[in-house]
This record gives sequence, C-alpha cells and structure tokens, in this order.
Amino acid sequence: MSMNSEGRVTRPENTASAAAPATFTGNRGLMLEEQLIFERDDYGRTGVDLPKAPLVANLLGGLERHRPIGLPGLPEPETVRHYTRLSRQNYAIDLGLFPLGSCTMKHNPRLNEKVARMPGFADLHPLAPVDTVQGALGVIHELGEWLKTLTGMSGVAMAPKAGAHGELCGLLAIRAAQEARGNAREVILVPESAHGTNPATAAFCNYRVENIPATADGRVDLAALEARLGPDVAGVMITNPNTCGLFERDMQRISDAVHAAGGLVYCDGANFNAIVGRVRPGDLGIDAMHINLHKTFSTPHGGGGPGSGPVVFSAALAPFAPLPFVDKQGDDYVLVEEETAGEHHGASFGRMAAFHGQMGMFTRALAYILSHGADGLRQVAEDAVLNANYVLRSLDDVLDAPFGASGPCMHEALFSDAGLAQGFTTLDIAKGLIDEGFHPMTMYFPLVVHGAMLVEPTETEGKATLDQFIGALRSVAERAKAGDAALKAAPALAPRRRLDETAAARKPVLVWKDADLPEAAE
Amino acid sequence: MTTYYTDEHEWISVEGGTATVGITDYAQAQLGDIVFVELPAPGSNVTKGGEAAVVESVKAASDVFAPISGTVSEVNGALEEDPALVNSAPETDGWFFKLSVADAAELEGLMNAAEYKTFCDGL
Repeated sequence: MSMNSEGRVTRPENTASAAAPATFTGNRGLMLEEQLIFERDDYGRTGVDLPKAPLVANLLGGLERHRPIGLPGLPEPETVRHYTRLSRQNYAIDLGLFPLGSCTMKHNPRLNEKVARMPGFADLHPLAPVDTVQGALGVIHELGEWLKTLTGMSGVAMAPKAGAHGELCGLLAIRAAQEARGNAREVILVPESAHGTNPATAAFCNYRVENIPATADGRVDLAALEARLGPDVAGVMITNPNTCGLFERDMQRISDAVHAAGGLVYCDGANFNAIVGRVRPGDLGIDAMHINLHKTFSTPHGGGGPGSGPVVFSAALAPFAPLPFVDKQGDDYVLVEEETAGEHHGASFGRMAAFHGQMGMFTRALAYILSHGADGLRQVAEDAVLNANYVLRSLDDVLDAPFGASGPCMHEALFSDAGLAQGFTTLDIAKGLIDEGFHPMTMYFPLVVHGAMLVEPTETEGKATLDQFIGALRSVAERAKAGDAALKAAPALAPRRRLDETAAARKPVLVWKDADLPEAAE
Repeated sequence: MTTYYTDEHEWISVEGGTATVGITDYAQAQLGDIVFVELPAPGSNVTKGGEAAVVESVKAASDVFAPISGTVSEVNGALEEDPALVNSAPETDGWFFKLSVADAAELEGLMNAAEYKTFCDGL
C-alpha cells in the first residue's frame, strides 16, 4: 500500500484485473457521453423568459410561421454542461503536445490574451472615426513595420484573413503587376513540395498551374524549373521551408531565374517560424509572401479559425498592394482608402476585405513580438528547428526518414511508412498515438512521400514532453513493425473506437433531422 | 482490343477508334478507399498528359491524366453513385471515360501489361 505523508491511502489495491463494466448511462467513469443538443431537448423549454411580443401591426401579409422551428431550448446549466462536456472530448494545445505537421500548433502565451481583451482594442467598431482609434491604428501600423523588417520587404497588406487569403492577395498583386507590364501571362509554376492551397489559389486567379518535380532530396528541381520558364510564366509559388520540412537551398537562384524570365516569385510563408530572425525572404528575391500570424506569431487557431495572413511585398509589387492600409503622417495614423489613395496608390488592385483584417490577431501577434524582442524571435526559429531535429534523430532508427540523409530538417520531421509490417499503415500508427494520449501527427501529407508522417513539435515544447512523445511514437512504431494485431483495432482506450472513415466520406450525414418535427417551410 | 498503361497508373484499352480509360489496380490499392470521382464532360476534348478526371480517396485527391488526346464520348455514370467500383473492379466496371482517338500514334511509348508490371515492381 502506498500512502502520502498524512497516512491517507493514495492507491487502491487489486484493481488491475477488473474489466471495464458496461454502464447504465453509457458514461465511462467521468468521461461523459453527450448527445447532440437537439437530441437533449424537447423544444418547449427555454433558458430565458421573453415577454410576449407587443401588439404591432402585422406586415407579413399572411407569411407568418405558426409551427415550431425546432431550435433547442435548454436551461442554462444544461447548456453550459453540454458545451463543457463537448470541450472535454476535444484535444487542445492547452492539454498537451499537438504535433500536427504544417499547422504549427504551439503554445498561445496568456499575455497575448490579456492584451487582446483590453476594451480599447476589443470593443472597437471598424467604422469608428480614425481620430478616436489612433491606438488601434498604431498597433496595425507597428505590426506591419515589424513584418516588413523581419522579412526585408517594402510593403505590407494587413487585411488578408488567413494563409490562403494571403496567397490570393499575393497572386492578385502578381497578376496586377504583370498586367501593368502589358501581359498577365498564363501559367503559375508550383513545385510538388508546395502547400496544397498554392495550386488552388493560382487556379482561382485564372492561371493554369503546372507542376515542377522535386529532386530526390525533397527540394525544387532547379533544372526542371529553369527549363520550363518562359514568356507565358507569370510566376512561381514556392513554400520555403517546404512541406518536407526542408529549406530550399536554391531559393536565390530560383528567384534570379524567374526574374530573368520576367516572372515574379510568391513564397508561401506558412513555415516562417522556422526561419524568423535568421533569414529575410526579401534577401532571397521573393516578391510576395504571406505570414500566418496564427502560426509564427502564436495567435490561437484550430477548428477553422481565426487565422490572419498579412502579405509582405517587394518594391516591385508594393504599388499593387490592396487598400485600405494604415499610414503614419507625422504623429497621426491615417487610413488610406479608395477616396484618399490618390495617385501614389492608384495601381492598387482593390480590396481584400471589408475592413482592416483580424484586429484581435494583430494585438496578440504584436504582444508576442514585443515580448520576445528581436533576439527572442531568433530563438523561436532556433528552438523550432532544434526540437524537430531532436524528434527526427531520436526516431530515425525505428521509422524511415526519407530525407534524413540530406542533412538537418527545419521545423518539422518527416517519416514514411517504409518498413512497417505487411498490412500496417500510417493510419494505424496515428490511431495508436491516440491510445497513448497524443493528437496524431499529420499523415499522408506531403504527397511526395509514401505514407507520410509529418511531425511538427514547435519550439514551445520542452525536452521532457518531447521525450515522452518520442517514447510513445517509438512504442507504436515498434508494434507496427512487429505486426501487433491489437494495433489494427486502435484506439482501444478512446471514447470511440476506430471510425469508418470511408463510410463517413461516401455517405456523410450532414444534417440532423427530427422525424417528429414538421417541416419548417409551410 | 489492346490495353496500354501509363507511368501515371492509368490504363487505356483501344478497340477500333474508341479507347476506354481507367486507373490501374496498383493505383486503387495505393489510394485506398475511393470516395469520389469527378469525370470529364462528354464531348469535351482532352490532351495527352492533361488533367481529365479527379479521383478522391480517404487519403488524397489525385488527378487522372489523359493517356492520349481525344474527345470524350462517354463517361461511367455508375461511379457517381458507387465510387467503390474503382476499388473492386478498377480495370473493368470501374472504368472512367471513353475517348474517340485523335491520333493513334500517341499510343506508342505507352507500356504493355508486362512492362507495367515490371514498372510497378520497381516502385
């Protein structure tokens, strides 16, 4: 028997052999089952008492609704419990390591949250007169200046709402610049190692996308790129560091070749956290690059939002940047909009958003930048790369590292499914990690690696956490190599067993319907 | 009827001036369970090596390229209801589309069954 210092029994005896019993409620201990909010409800109840609508003239002309519409109406404590129970079934960066490659799920410092909640920032209306919101405009301007300094670029657009929106902004600027030269051209080249959104963005901008192959060491094939360049190529979209977690060593030569052929260079900056403070993309000849504030500068994300994807521009592209933007004139911040742009910004391609971008992300990102300082930001990149290489080298004896021989990786470690037992796949390893209490890594991406497992530990994890994750992944990988049949059924310990992803994709049930409820439309 | 194979894992069976195109058994095994197939519009023209269809599995979405140029004469509507046909019968009932062949000379350089098997064994 083990006891704490007060003599209280801390560990019961003889519990190991007890099998988990079926329960009346379906709950498993304190892990609670939860129905859909519609299933919990009988529609008639409500958490608030609303006064009867005052008698007003009915102007609906007989179109008013007489049947219930089936909105759930739970009492307040049940509503709170519903969402709290759901949140307990989620996995979050505040619970543990979230090694999702390409996503940069790092800790969101609480100082950022404190700043973002200051009423002077949080409660502003986007149409407030500019002389009443000088502080907020100052934040947007100062953050933009930081982004230009860190990237070595001339211009910045703060409005894009997330990474792909930033790509769109950059491509629209490239199209505007090529049109100003007399010909928008037809083709955007995208290497295999680029982010999947890049070709979609180029196609959305009415460009034809052509692939550039990767070399055996996972980087852009410079010779193939140079061979394809010509007067029809408007530009290239390169992700650097790329989705294999590798730095494109030929970036300067790629930019020079593209520029010599009259093209422009877009860089997907989603992985900027690997090089911030160490490399200025502007020095590598890049003309436009988006920065995911929600990755590099630690603003919270996941579950679809909110992102923020400011774009920095070279001197060649800066005149085409979208409106509005914040300018500093003397001690005052002003908004440069269509009416005030004048001849200096007449080349702007237009607007990306109704207002100024994600203000709540700007305050968080600037708080992060100022609290780290230039030296701290450099260490962000160094620690991100150090952690990823620690993971890579701790596991490359048990998992195949396809580019392990080409030198250190950047911020993410990439493994393949080579060497697993017959019938065992990357999916089995991901499910095994759930039993170990970790969110799985990114799998089957990038496409250039068979059965890819992409692990991005980020710089905010300490050695103890990394060691625990490495031990867990090693254990699961060894089971997959040994052909442990139990792993094919993983997860065994999660609230749900392995889900039928094929049925979910082939026959998705997207809308909940109550058979007893009359159709809403009359 | 002669069947040829591409290094992008499409097969093409030619009979007279009409060719039937699909993806190979190797391709469906690599993709895993197919959940969606996007087919070209009948009457549209495809060019050799150009994108002609899209196949989406639980793992990834992939382009299917036209092995040769031609005009799409017919598409396999059964795949819209039952994309699993590509998994169960990739080289028969799971065909994607038929082409009227523009230039039979484009078939030269494609692999035969034995060559394709050797190609896959080397991957």
